Order: sequence, then C-alpha cells, then structure tokens
Amino acid sequence: MTELSLRLAVSLAQIAAVMGIVMLTVMILTLAERKVLGWMQDRMGPMEVGPYGILQPIADGLKLFFKEDIVPAGANKAMFTLAPILAMVPAMIGFAVIPFGPALTVDVFGITIKPFVISDINIGILYILAFTSIGAYGIILGGWSSNSKYSLLGGLRSAAQVISYELNVGLAIIGVLLLAGSLSLVTITEAQAGGFWHWFIWGARPDGYFPIHTQIFAFVVFVISAVAETNRVPFDLPEAESELVAGFFTEYSGMRFAFFFIAEYANMVLVSCVAASLFLGGWNAPYPGTILGYIGLEQLAWVENVAWFTFKVYLFLFLFFWLRATLPRLRYDQLMRFGWKVMLPIALANIVVTAITAYFFPR
Amino acid sequence: MEQAFFFYFAFVIAAASVLVIAVRNPIYSAMALLVMFFHVAGLYVTLHAEFLAAVQIIVYAGAILVLYLFVVMLLNMRQDDRYHRQWPMAAAVGMTLFIEAVILTAMKGWTAPTVATGRETAVGEAGNTEAIGDVLYSTYLFPFEVASLILLVAMIGAIILAKKDPEAVNSEG
Repeated sequence: MTELSLRLAVSLAQIAAVMGIVMLTVMILTLAERKVLGWMQDRMGPMEVGPYGILQPIADGLKLFFKEDIVPAGANKAMFTLAPILAMVPAMIGFAVIPFGPALTVDVFGITIKPFVISDINIGILYILAFTSIGAYGIILGGWSSNSKYSLLGGLRSAAQVISYELNVGLAIIGVLLLAGSLSLVTITEAQAGGFWHWFIWGARPDGYFPIHTQIFAFVVFVISAVAETNRVPFDLPEAESELVAGFFTEYSGMRFAFFFIAEYANMVLVSCVAASLFLGGWNAPYPGTILGYIGLEQLAWVENVAWFTFKVYLFLFLFFWLRATLPRLRYDQLMRFGWKVMLPIALANIVVTAITAYFFPR
Repeated sequence: MEQAFFFYFAFVIAAASVLVIAVRNPIYSAMALLVMFFHVAGLYVTLHAEFLAAVQIIVYAGAILVLYLFVVMLLNMRQDDRYHRQWPMAAAVGMTLFIEAVILTAMKGWTAPTVATGRETAVGEAGNTEAIGDVLYSTYLFPFEVASLILLVAMIGAIILAKKDPEAVNSEG
C-alpha cells in the first residue's frame, strides 16, 4: 500500500509540475502574442505594466478574476457553467502523454519513474485526439446555452469546423504511425533519433540520408488543420469579431471567459507539442547525440534535449502569431471547401504513398 | 478493486442510458449520452482494450454525438414531447424483452465467466492495437470488407439524396 501511495504522490507531483509549466507558458503566450503582433504591425505592444510591459499577463489575470460574473437572461445556467470546464479540461489533460525529454528512468525510494512524461500509455496519440475532440463540446454548449444568436452561430460554425478538420489531423498522422509502428509518443520520438534527416518530416531510413519516407505533405496538412482546430486566424470563424462580436463566448465574462481563453492557448501549446513530437523529432537534437554528452556530461544531456523540445514548441507558437499577423480570415464556404477538397485528398494520398514506400523499403 | 470499477462503470452506464431517453431536453439527453460513452470507454480500459477505448471516444463522442448536437441546435426543439407520447408502445416492447431475458436466464442459469484462452493471453503480449489489426485483416477480413462496402454505399446514398438537381441549381443561380 505504501508503494501505491508513493506512486500516487510522484504522479501528482508530475501533474502539478506539468500544469504549472503549461499555465506559465499560457501566461507568456498572452504577452508574447501581443508583443509579436505589435512588432509586426510596427507598434510597441503593451508597455505600461512593469518594465517593458512584462507584467501585463498578471494585470490581465487580476482583472478577469475580479470582473463581475454575468449570466445572461434566459441562459441555461447548468450548461453555461459546464461549457468553460468542458473546454478547459480536455486542453489540459492531453499533456499527460507528451514526452518533454528523453525517456530515461529514475529510481526514487524503490519505484521506477519516468521524469519527463507523466504516463507513457501505448495509445498516446489516440488519447490526445480523443480529448481534443471533446474540447468541441465546450464551444458548442457555450454557444447554445448563452441564449444569444451570435453565440449560437459561433457554436454551430465551430462544430462543423472541428469535425471537418479533426479528420485531417487524424489522417495526417497515419503516415508517421506507419513508419514508427507505434501509437506511443515516446516510441515515435525515439524512432527519430540520430540527426534531423531521421525526423519524420525528412524521413530518411535509419541507415541512410535519402528522404524516402518523407512526411512533409502530412506535416503541412497537420499544421494547417491544427490551426483550424484551435480556432486561430485565419480559421477563427467561430469567434470572428467583425461578424459575430466574439462568437461562442460573446456572453461570457470574468473567470468563465478566462477559462475559454486559457483553453485556446493551452490547445495551441498542445498541438505544438504534438507536431514537434511527431514530425520534428521531439526532444532529439538536429545532430546525432547531444553536445553535453560528447564533452562528458552524459548526466546533463537531458537539459539539452528539453531545450530542443522547448525551442521547437516555441517555433510553432511563433508560427501561430505570424499567421495571425499575416493572413485574412477565410470565408465559411472557402473553409469547408479547403478542408474537404484540398486537405483531405492530400492526407489520403500521403497514406497511400507512405504505405507503398514503407512496404518496399521497410525501416 | 477491478470489480469495484466494473460495478461503478456498469451502474453509470445503466443510469445514463435511462437518462438519455427520460429527460425532456434533447441537449441534456446528448450530455447523458456523452457520460455513457465515457464510461463504456472506461469499461474497455479495465479490460485492457485501450485502443477500443480511444476509438470509442473519438468516433462516438468526438464525431457522432457532435453531429447530433449540431442537428439538435439547428432544430432548436427545446421541449419536444413527440417522443414521449410513444411510451405505451415502448413499455410493451420493453416488457416483452425483459420477460424474455428473465425466462432465458431462468432456463440456462448463470454461467461463470470464461477463463482467458491462449489466444487472449497472446493478445496481451503483442499489444492490443497490433492484435486488433492482425485479427481484422486475417480472421475477420470478409466481415470487415462487407462492413466497409455497406458504409461506402450509405455514403454514396447520402450524397445522392443531399445533392440538388444540377439544372435546378443553375436556374436558381
């Protein structure tokens, strides 16, 4: 029984650490987005709170915390309360299977733990897909329960959009799963060790350099569909401010609004983590091994691995900001046509091609 | 421990299923159905069928139920009593099935759960995702292909039903 309680304590500590890091990243992102957008539009961004505006997220958080909590007349109270929770929980829960660093094991008080992944389950990527699809309920219910036409229209758009693009996300990763032969993110990342030419975006076999199994098309489909699934510009139709005020969370205020907001940013971090793990080698450096390992600091090699993972994730997050600053919003029919008539055939063709090359040139 | 989990999941599945058809608001029905799907997935996890559990949530909760909600929201039938007028019929069918189950149980008696065979043990070692793929494309290849064909036919049928007459569209536009 003591072993069970010890395992529980270790797991809870890991969960607390990951949650803390994710929330901190979300805080940084809210500031970084405004700063990056500001620079791209030749502005300064927030400058008032703290030196160079770096305390802005804390001020925003305090403001949302003390705002009046308004429930609109005629709203369905139970669903109105449930919706932000249903949006936030799936966004947070997916991080349980993300490997942030190398798959080493540490013995603590006689039990073996993996410090950089909370739970290495054998269906890791399916688990993430399952819970991101649940995130749509928060948006749909939030839109329906607000008793407002803007919210309802935002919720409806979101439902159609999430279903359409979820399919493309699922099909885009199949090539990677074929090559890695596993659904566990830890195993998939380990299969890409030994230099950037082994990452699945390039797709060289373990003994060569030629990109025979390249997943670059799947990568493009995945990134575009991921932007669509997180409701970000240019696919932000569910919350298009020029048409629908703020879409499905028009009627929300205070902490309930903050929950939707955090969920959106946490989802961005999550899809960035998944993209980095599946296509860009996760915590593997773009050269074989690690520099710290070569100079004799093998015990500290994980620092380098975690740094590379963080770098790749932030690269994706920068891409989100970049897209927002660059592209105008798609029209609704363009969005649907693009998803079903462009992305879907590319993803399907990628599966066929990858299956054929993987059969004739097995890894 | 495992039994406790089983009874928890079984109880919630039964209770949520009753709620799905008992509550009047279709959105609450859908939510009860969501709870039920999650607990069925939990049941799969206790059976070490993690792949099935994930697919259960992705397909049913993530796609089909979202589609239901979509339709329900479009129709906006807040208090639709139509389906609750069918209860005499439903009671008749339900009673028949219940009596049938009781008679069958009484005739056969309770059987002990079957012990895992060699095949099931082998599944545990290979990983259940590989095992399902293996079985699906060898032993059950024919039923699998038939199911795919039926789905394809249903898909084409849906497209033909939904597609407008091209000439009518032309005259409109």
